[in-house]
Amino acid sequence: MTRIDEKRREWEEKCLKPWLQKAGQREERFETLSGVEVKTVYDPLDIEHLDFVKDIGYPGEYPFTRGVYPNMYRGRLWTMRQFSGFGTAEDTNRRWKMLLEEGETGLSTAFDFPTLMGVDSDDPLADGEVGKVGVAIDTLKDFEILFDGIPLDQVSTSFTINPPAGIILAMYVAIAEKQRVPKEKIRGTIQNDMLKEFHAQNTLVLPPEPSLKIIVDIFEWGVENVPKFNLISISGYHIREAGSTAVQELAFTIADGMAYVEAAIERGIDIDRLAPQLSFFFNSHNDFFEEIAKFRAARRMWAKIMRDEYGAKDPRSWWLKFHTQTAGCSLTAQQPLNNVVRTTIQAMAAVLGGTQSLHTNSFDEAWALPSEEAVRVALRTQQIIAYESGIPNVVDPLAGSYYVEWLTDKMEKLAWKYIEDIRKMGDGSMLRGVLRGIENGFFVREISDAAARYQREIEEGKRIVVGVNKFTIEEELRIPILKVDPEVQRRQIERLKKVKAERDNEAVREALEWLRSAAENDENVMPPIMEAVRSYATIGEIMGVLKEVYGTYKKPIII
Amino acid sequence: MEKKIRVLVAKVGLDGHDRGAKVLARFLRDSGFEVIYTGLHRTPQEVAMAAVDEDVDVVGISLHSGAHLALVPKVINYIREYGGNPDEMLILVGGVIPTDDIVELKKMGVDEVFIPGTPISEIVEFIKTKLPEKRKKNES
Amino acid sequence: MKVEELVEGLLSGNRRALARAITYVENEYPESKEIMKRIFTNTGKAHIVGLTGFPGVGKSTLVSKLTEEFRKRGKKVGIIAIDPGSPFTGGALLGDRLRLDGMDSRKPLWTDPGVFFRSMSSRGRAGGLAAKTGDVVRLLDAFGFDIILVETVGAGQSEVDIIEVADTSVVVMMPETGDEIQVNKAGILEIGDIYVVNKADLGGAEKVERWLRYMLSLDEESVQMLSQMTHADEARVASGEFFERRKGWCPPVIKTVADKGEGIAELADAIERHFKYMEETGLIEKRRKERVKRELFEIVMNDVIKLVKEKTNYRDVIAKLARNEIDPYTAADMIVEEVLKNAKER
Repeated sequence: MTRIDEKRREWEEKCLKPWLQKAGQREERFETLSGVEVKTVYDPLDIEHLDFVKDIGYPGEYPFTRGVYPNMYRGRLWTMRQFSGFGTAEDTNRRWKMLLEEGETGLSTAFDFPTLMGVDSDDPLADGEVGKVGVAIDTLKDFEILFDGIPLDQVSTSFTINPPAGIILAMYVAIAEKQRVPKEKIRGTIQNDMLKEFHAQNTLVLPPEPSLKIIVDIFEWGVENVPKFNLISISGYHIREAGSTAVQELAFTIADGMAYVEAAIERGIDIDRLAPQLSFFFNSHNDFFEEIAKFRAARRMWAKIMRDEYGAKDPRSWWLKFHTQTAGCSLTAQQPLNNVVRTTIQAMAAVLGGTQSLHTNSFDEAWALPSEEAVRVALRTQQIIAYESGIPNVVDPLAGSYYVEWLTDKMEKLAWKYIEDIRKMGDGSMLRGVLRGIENGFFVREISDAAARYQREIEEGKRIVVGVNKFTIEEELRIPILKVDPEVQRRQIERLKKVKAERDNEAVREALEWLRSAAENDENVMPPIMEAVRSYATIGEIMGVLKEVYGTYKKPIII
Repeated sequence: MEKKIRVLVAKVGLDGHDRGAKVLARFLRDSGFEVIYTGLHRTPQEVAMAAVDEDVDVVGISLHSGAHLALVPKVINYIREYGGNPDEMLILVGGVIPTDDIVELKKMGVDEVFIPGTPISEIVEFIKTKLPEKRKKNES
Repeated sequence: MKVEELVEGLLSGNRRALARAITYVENEYPESKEIMKRIFTNTGKAHIVGLTGFPGVGKSTLVSKLTEEFRKRGKKVGIIAIDPGSPFTGGALLGDRLRLDGMDSRKPLWTDPGVFFRSMSSRGRAGGLAAKTGDVVRLLDAFGFDIILVETVGAGQSEVDIIEVADTSVVVMMPETGDEIQVNKAGILEIGDIYVVNKADLGGAEKVERWLRYMLSLDEESVQMLSQMTHADEARVASGEFFERRKGWCPPVIKTVADKGEGIAELADAIERHFKYMEETGLIEKRRKERVKRELFEIVMNDVIKLVKEKTNYRDVIAKLARNEIDPYTAADMIVEEVLKNAKER
């Protein structure tokens, strides 16, 4: 090492310095997208403090820096999972069948805002929003149509749903029952991550504590009933979209994960039973190496946390499995085809970072919901990486890069610092710390400040966004845009009316009463929700009971 | 004393994407405007009444839910219903809005639509030049 | 809008006219004087309640819950919330907080015709209020609101100006270590008619409550102590010069959890009780007299300065002063004389 040190000094003095004096460089200081300063070049001295066996090691082994499986994509490629849904259940069912035919390997459901917020299509608040950004779901009837001809024992389905997550899970189980698929066999994911909603995404209905209580109910019920289903997708994606840095995304997501685990342990759930049903969801943004480092750091951190802090015994419990979506916020409305390139770089980072599944954004998404053509290109992007680039053929090929290892370590260190601050807020408990941080606005303030900083850099021209503040052109925009049939709302309300007229209203009333009493008496709400769903109670009715018992939440405004 | 320009930044409808609205609010403040942010999930009536009571010069509506054609005209109509005059305000919309809809919104009385990626300095400039122009036109 | 139209509209319950009149007054348009003149005799009916306290204690939530409570009691409520504005850019973020209620407990306070909410920027002014708060309160009063809630900036500095505007001052705190020191420093113990310990479900509420009661009763004791001293002191104490707010009215300390609506009815009761107490003891008249006196002097002062600027060669005098050719007292005498001489030409 002394030899290297000497060489480095010599190089700096004799080679770099005169060069800089003569030629200069573009910037005084170079930073990652998160503002981490990076040097001209990295060498073994920068990772001297890392131990190959302890910190990097081999894939499939603790601390899993290089991947959760020993041979990664040489065994199975990541799941290509395109988030989609719009209009009525029929419209979405058609789009899904197209995607499956095109080679997609997993479904991913986008719901409309009324469904996401747990209000019915005929609620005045839903006016104008039914079926707009995703599929409209009111009752089990809609789910029956949505999964018509899609056998649940052959697909895995992901649901981006939060306050009504338990209801949607119950609907999926009810469809499995109808298709005579044992519920122990169904695979998929519900997002079910309310903590990040409070930090960033704002799909808020109930206050933080009852929200968490219901999530733990779902854990408790889920480990018994749907052991192959991911009961939560602990999400950094939305935190990043709200403007956070990569470090904040990493730190807050891991912190949330710890809070959920602590809440589950408090309930008495066996951590080794729950852990395999936890999954994560990250953003992949523009800074290629920083993103790769983030994914690697996340895996290493979670392994340490699960094994050393929470005492999980099964090595599978130490795995951090994650879904990735390319960064929606990086897409530009200007020169939309450029977005294909951005998405490609981001998708490569996700694959090099060892993701388990991936959604690639469509190039027209800064304008509207993606058209079929744009969705196809997005999926093809993944397929080209998978089948043409050679990237998946070697596991974690960037390991050992002085820079990538240094940056992985750096991300981890910066994230730990945040986690320790949060733990302090909770007097030693991550669960209390995260709740406290929600209450006192810590998370929102951190994210808002980062978002403002980013925007300021763009405004001042310090950060170049190609086609936006540099290399701009006058353009007439003509991209085919998917328009949602304005009749969707009317049709959906009609169907809802019909369901309400035809169902056994006495059974609905009884199920809702059971739910109320379970909520009031601090019992698990999943069994009554299951019953309510089977009797065709609406999402609005079920959420309505929970709102009455637990109250609703108003987010303090922090700009 | 020179009158401060008052801007209402409103989130209408059910979508919770407030990054744009909040960043905009901050930058408008730093550019010397008095900014009132409504917070999330407001109805058109609520936004309209806030616009009237606060006697704002500019109403900026942010939405990423695709519900713009349904909700924006409602805001404008309610402003009128509550006694306000949309013709002496600037009505701005920001969000994921397809080109055809931009034309549509302008017909409904929206002064400008800002799509993702618009530099905020452009919005500031727009307000500073277009507000007096619109006022003058309305008076004559 | 013309002044006629504005005043007529405002007095006949047109919100739009009220909103516009506030804009005129806040920005000191030339018309504002005329507006204030015409509405003044219609004021004096509302109960003006000020709320002050450090950032993060939950003032805004309290304001929104109090509004709900007073609405239940059939009162019309006007709200003025003051936020800090930058003295440099002039920009401000206003009312970025309460705006009442979440989406499902949608009691429509936002669109309730019995509620009017207006945000104002302090525009860099210290003391917790905007310059024209007093006049804006009058506009709301003339419009016919029964209760006017004024929420101060809450930036953590001493915001004692609120007592110059409010009939009843409510000081809001929360259980948090360090409060005691902060409160002592800000002199907040002198200004409250009612004290609220909000977020009382957090640990330590009792401690703050006990401490407050102790501090407040300590003042009572010192009143007694003073009264046992000399005649002169007794007279001064009796005049209320020092302890006007303590005498006979011991500020209640009320615990609330505003988020959950706990303690709100008690707070509303206390506010109403205080108003009644002031009416019965004539304190309200005394306070209002103080207020108009101050306002009158301020107006007169402004007019005099205007006269000085218009009617004298004050620039010459200043120049001489700057050259140390005369002293400031002589200079002042010169100017007063000149004003008196020239003022009649007005």
